[in-house]
Amino acid sequence: MGVDRRKFLKLAGVSAALGLGGTAGFQLLKPGSLDAAERMPTPYQMVFPSEQGNSDVTPNPERLKGRRWGMLIDMRKLTPAKAQAAIEACNYYHNVPKIPGKQEIKWIWTAPYPNVFPETENRWADPDIKNAQFITMCNHCNNPPCVRVCPTKATFQREDGVVMMDMHRCIGCRFCMAGCPYGSRSFNFRDPRPFIKKEYPLYPTRTKGVVEKCTFCTERLAVGKLPYCSEASGGAMVFGDVDDAGSELRQLLRKRYSIRRKPNLGTDPQVYYLV
Amino acid sequence: MLEKALSGSKLYWTWLIALLVVVGAGFGAYLVQYNKGLMITGMSRDVSWGFYIAQFTFLVGVAASAVMLVLPYYLHHYKTFGRITILGEFLAIASVIMCILFITVDLGKPSRILNVMIHPTPNSILFWDMIVLNGYLIINLVAGWVTLESERKNVPPPGWIKFVIYLSIPWAVSIHTVTAFLYAGLPGRGFWLTAIMAPRFLASAFAAGPAVLILLGYLVKKLTRFDAGREAFETLAKIVCYAIILHIFFFLLEVFTVAYSAIPSHTSHLQYLYFGLHGHSMLVPWVWTALACGLTAIVLLVNPRTRQNPTILPIACVLVFICTWIDKGMAMISGGFVPNPLHEITEYSPTGLELMITIGVYAAGMLVLTILYKVALGVKAEEEAV
Repeated sequence: MGVDRRKFLKLAGVSAALGLGGTAGFQLLKPGSLDAAERMPTPYQMVFPSEQGNSDVTPNPERLKGRRWGMLIDMRKLTPAKAQAAIEACNYYHNVPKIPGKQEIKWIWTAPYPNVFPETENRWADPDIKNAQFITMCNHCNNPPCVRVCPTKATFQREDGVVMMDMHRCIGCRFCMAGCPYGSRSFNFRDPRPFIKKEYPLYPTRTKGVVEKCTFCTERLAVGKLPYCSEASGGAMVFGDVDDAGSELRQLLRKRYSIRRKPNLGTDPQVYYLV
Repeated sequence: MLEKALSGSKLYWTWLIALLVVVGAGFGAYLVQYNKGLMITGMSRDVSWGFYIAQFTFLVGVAASAVMLVLPYYLHHYKTFGRITILGEFLAIASVIMCILFITVDLGKPSRILNVMIHPTPNSILFWDMIVLNGYLIINLVAGWVTLESERKNVPPPGWIKFVIYLSIPWAVSIHTVTAFLYAGLPGRGFWLTAIMAPRFLASAFAAGPAVLILLGYLVKKLTRFDAGREAFETLAKIVCYAIILHIFFFLLEVFTVAYSAIPSHTSHLQYLYFGLHGHSMLVPWVWTALACGLTAIVLLVNPRTRQNPTILPIACVLVFICTWIDKGMAMISGGFVPNPLHEITEYSPTGLELMITIGVYAAGMLVLTILYKVALGVKAEEEAV
């Protein structure tokens, strides 16, 4: 035999020491991870501690750094034209197909106030608000039910709060669609490719049989850019770090009254509406 | 023992071939779905689960109801069920197989189904549903087969099988409880967000399953010389009676909570189902039919004279079946999705291809059931001939 008992124990000891050293070194090199650990875990995270990400990857130094991303939609600034521009930018750059009928794909869209905020309807509210078309999208909840119900971890939450989809792992059970209380997920009932008018070559297209949704443009955050909708909205959609008291988003939230969708469900949505 | 399925009358073989033809047609329809995607179904962005998942939910109940025979027979030594317990267990096997098939045909990416095992996710109820369904299938296969084999060899069953049989009792409850949890824990779906979802499921299951078994018992009696016995039918009929009463009672509890609290996100679903909402009322005639069938069945089953009448009892069982099937196989799923979280209404009805696939799965289940029953009844006949 090549390995005797003594050799094996030595090897095991060395690998254990290396393993420990690796973890400690990682903590020294990436102090942010300690700060992140100090965050109050959500009830969901307390019950099901999320899996750690892959630490072998060196992040792009140009990336936008945030502890918890959020979006703020200023309804005083959001004109129908701006909303349209934001939606079109998102759809084009993410190859979101335009499928007619009830099997459509929607990442970001507009809907009237009583639909976006059912049960919070106020008959006597300011008509400007009451009749406005609200932008709606994935809320990237702090406590996302879609992540909770997914049987393959195809839907998962990143450390910065963004709720993501792994298109190559999704089995198309659509449990996440039943779980989402905001109707923010779409399923590819058919091959979406023939329904993409002009393909944007730098972003992947999807296949039939998987669920998809808004991703807060993680591909843009990774290279230091803001989400497409925010960029195209002419200042009506402010993207930022909700954990950073100095961020523009937090300053706006402090100054003006904001509402969120179905806060009573405890999902802690990270899309805020200034009304 | 399986060789018993290889010899049979002309009727038996005609029936098997007819079932195979239907399975083949269903498989053909599935190939279309496999190619084109779930676009061939009536499902939509708003009603993202449809007929397949509804049938799965209904059949989990039929499978779980085997416990209504196993429990009195093995736990209370109720000897009357001795002759038909095996039929209950084999019905459970066929039902679970149909459940698994329905889940499979509902997947957008069926080739990735093993991801559920490769990436086990304990926080997903679907993961647990896979565990309990497959576990229940194995438990019933082992328990049914081993007891039948020992019966055939005229030896007492091995001691360890007792453990498996006792395990099957809580396990039967678990499959329907876990299936109820698939729906019951979702925020923002007022129709499903109720703690009595699991008891409701179990009540309707213990009505539907034994009702099916009574009907099968009558059929078997007509086709073969096997008779489960008058008393067994009567006890089963009482079980159906209590269960269908509980089913309706639980429904009324839901109605009270929802209607008296008057919270729109909870009332709107019942309103949609029973009266229609904003001009959409596709399911209204169905749900009222279900309610009428359930109430009529209660009248027929509570009264001992009608319950014991061999012509009226099967009619009552058919009514129970219709009631519970509409309730779970149609209304339970659509009712939860309509209206959607944005309070928009998209109605759902299955397409022709979707129905063909559904019928194909049912035919596959009947094929399994026929073969298993052929084996079981063959053993019983052999034993009686000795």
